[in-house]
Amino acid sequence: MNMIADPRKHLVVVGNGMAGMRTVEELLKLEGAGRYRITVFGAEPHPNYNRIMLSSVLAGDKTVDEIVINPREWYQQNGIGLVTGDAVAGIHRGDRSIATASGRVVPYDKLLIATGSRPLAPPIPGLGLPGVCAFRDIADVDKMLAAARTHKRAVVIGGGLLGLEAAWGLKQRGMSVALVHLMPTLMERQLDAPSGQMLQRDLDRRGIAFFTNGQTEEITGTERAEGVQLADGRFIPADLVVLAIGIRPNIELAKIAQLDVNRGIIVTDDMCTSDPDIFAVGECVEHRGQTFGLVAPLWDQAKVCAARLAGDGEAAFQSRALATSLKITGIDVFSAGALMAADESDDEITLRDDARGLYKKIVLRESRLVGAVLYGDVGDGQWYLQLMRDKTDIGALRERLVFGRAFAEAGGIAPAGPDFAAMPDDMQICGCNGVCKGVIVNAIREKHLTSLSEVRAHTKASASCGQCTGQVEALLAFAAGAAARPAKRTVCDCTEASHDEVRQGIRDQKLKSMDAVRAAFGWSKPEGCAKCRPALNYYLLCAWPQEYRDDARSRFVNERVHANIQKDGTYSVIPRMWGGLTSAKELRAIADVADKFNIPTVKVTGGQRIDLLGVKKHDLPGVWDELGKAGMVSGHAYAKGLRTVKTCVGSEWCRFGTQDSTGLGVKLEKMCWGSWTPHKVKLAVSGCPRNCAEATIKDLGVVCVEAGYDILVGGNGGVDVRVTDPLVRVATEREVLELTGAFLQLYREEAHYLERTAPWIARVGIAYVKKRVVEDADGRAALHARFLDSQRFAQIDPWTERVMGVDAYEFAPLPELAGA
Amino acid sequence: MAGANWKNIGPLANIPVQGARRLCLKHMGRPVAVFRTSANEIFALVDECPHKKGPLSEGIVAGRTVTCPLHSWVIGLEDGMAVAPDEGCAQSISVRLIGGDIYIHLPEAASAA
Repeated sequence: MNMIADPRKHLVVVGNGMAGMRTVEELLKLEGAGRYRITVFGAEPHPNYNRIMLSSVLAGDKTVDEIVINPREWYQQNGIGLVTGDAVAGIHRGDRSIATASGRVVPYDKLLIATGSRPLAPPIPGLGLPGVCAFRDIADVDKMLAAARTHKRAVVIGGGLLGLEAAWGLKQRGMSVALVHLMPTLMERQLDAPSGQMLQRDLDRRGIAFFTNGQTEEITGTERAEGVQLADGRFIPADLVVLAIGIRPNIELAKIAQLDVNRGIIVTDDMCTSDPDIFAVGECVEHRGQTFGLVAPLWDQAKVCAARLAGDGEAAFQSRALATSLKITGIDVFSAGALMAADESDDEITLRDDARGLYKKIVLRESRLVGAVLYGDVGDGQWYLQLMRDKTDIGALRERLVFGRAFAEAGGIAPAGPDFAAMPDDMQICGCNGVCKGVIVNAIREKHLTSLSEVRAHTKASASCGQCTGQVEALLAFAAGAAARPAKRTVCDCTEASHDEVRQGIRDQKLKSMDAVRAAFGWSKPEGCAKCRPALNYYLLCAWPQEYRDDARSRFVNERVHANIQKDGTYSVIPRMWGGLTSAKELRAIADVADKFNIPTVKVTGGQRIDLLGVKKHDLPGVWDELGKAGMVSGHAYAKGLRTVKTCVGSEWCRFGTQDSTGLGVKLEKMCWGSWTPHKVKLAVSGCPRNCAEATIKDLGVVCVEAGYDILVGGNGGVDVRVTDPLVRVATEREVLELTGAFLQLYREEAHYLERTAPWIARVGIAYVKKRVVEDADGRAALHARFLDSQRFAQIDPWTERVMGVDAYEFAPLPELAGA
Repeated sequence: MAGANWKNIGPLANIPVQGARRLCLKHMGRPVAVFRTSANEIFALVDECPHKKGPLSEGIVAGRTVTCPLHSWVIGLEDGMAVAPDEGCAQSISVRLIGGDIYIHLPEAASAA
């Protein structure tokens, strides 16, 4: 490089992580950036990535490519030199240059140290064994994923944010996971004891074993890690040990260069170190005695540092109240400020509802909010945080404050949804990137943004951890109005009406035929189309189970002929096997039918039934007749309705079984068979938390425990695997049946046609489902009653009907008229 | 009335309103579907979607169209043409309604399957 020809100053950045690169990004936005050419050194071989999303990579929610913030092209486009995989080994402040591990020497005018942090390691034997790793970078995640592919048992040491996310990710990857934590409760720096215990209980239900008050003495093993020995004598076998007990600022370079350091590299409000040409940002710094582990203050530091580098003499970093959240699907935790009253002059207000899994605590000091801990429902977290930052006088809200924003601001009457018009512009929406409502709204209006990805690109709102995505989308709809994409989702191109509007119209206007619906909503095609007809047919059937007559002509072929069409035009036939139970008599009948009709393939399905494949259409009634004589009925394997109830053998046979899971499965299937639903529905009952019936990926799963039954909903084992959300634990089979009926009826009445329970719950929120079927006892009973009422008309075996001659024309081709 | 090439395939009532039946007879060795609309109009097409040969007789009939059950192509019943943006054609076959019975035009040579 030719230094004399380039009049610009040379800014060298040590560390290609989030804080360093955010500083560069902020600098590039400023006019003063022109004074620098920039070179970045990164010790890792990767481009700049979003380290806080590593837990999502581990859990399989994201790929490494998806968490890259700035790809290599970005460096090129901005004229930034990038050196990866060559760590900076020394700083020579005298001649203002740095030296790398490979021996290259690079002069600088300004130096930015952003070396981040290193994982803390406890002083115990066994740290060097294969199978022991930290949870800090992509290389660690690779090690963990490799171990998850070939080994079974993992132990995570450390029950803070990072350790819990590591444990959950490994659990998602199929390992059996134990977590060792030194303290009596989890995340003790962010959660008080009650919320920490609720978190532990929920994760325990999800199958993570906890060893609290556990001091690790040694990681044992010879060739590789074999287990973790605790000081109190407990021993936990392990093939993989992950250390996540914390981080410490990485200050080695600064120390060698004799900059002022304490726990971190000491910086003043301008992010400058004790050398005026050397700046530092991120987890490696110490500012007014404080070090940093969360992303939000790093962004603030980056902004200040960039402004200073660009010549702003005023910018100053100020530490603000911070909030923590945990990235485990379905577990909502929020914590900010003080965890508890510091002395008698402080007040604590708590709200606790164990049945709903809700906990809220706020800490007040002299009419100001100084702390909030939320568990289970964190929707008001950002609002509490804002009250803390603004030091708002909450005297007038005091009695209502703990019930949340909607209730508090409405003077006790809860409005629906956030009121964006009333929301102040400086209300923070995205905690990670510190983006406020005003910034987002301005960007949307000035740049005519119409999609979430555009808003992310322009404002960074919801671009880091993604937890505020819903709010940003709602804000987009608010600010862009009709221009916001996706445009309103209509039932089909025949109408402007949405699924919800049509369903409401059917109920409120008592519309009882497809023609009436199409007339009421002004359908453009009088007969509708292949998309809306099945939907309307279902909505009418659901709303008027007694009066509405199913329209076979508006059903897809499988539901019309009650068998699954195969690619060669033959059909598959699956008789119902209640709870997966069959008998010698049934098996004999199946064997006979396979012989009689030359059925080429007989297969055991994933839903614990038997599939007869390759049945000719005109043989269907004959096949059904033979099966029916042995007492078998349709398994509805073709239906948008109840498919299977998978069970394990339970307490009747299994030495681990806690309840009669098979018997309960049969009862559930007897109650639910024949019901039409927006999409297919699969149930399962496991007799113990080993969960052999795979209940956690079903639309509704029951996991039996000694104390009763855990009901789980919204799971899916398809393309987008989704683990169920816990709904409630109940004590009796009767309650399981009532909750199941109520849940299915709510799904039947409110989901969109062709929407599985998983996306439905993702759309309406598990809290809403809990509110309707768990908390509202009367509502639950009414839903259950409506389900049973509708079943009176639905539980007619379609195969028996067709053996008797119903729709006979479906099963025979039309002949030439004899003698014509 | 009809010549030998017109086959009587029985009364209109054999075909469900807004529905279809496949015939035992074939056209050049290919299956044939007869459709009945809600207005009691009759149409016949070779029972193969121009896309992947899906059985059009199993599709949903709306107005003068049928939607293939395999990949939701929409085919016009009058001419067998796929509705844009899809492109293709299922061969159309002549049918008549005479005295309550449906006659379909399948030349002997062609119908011999």
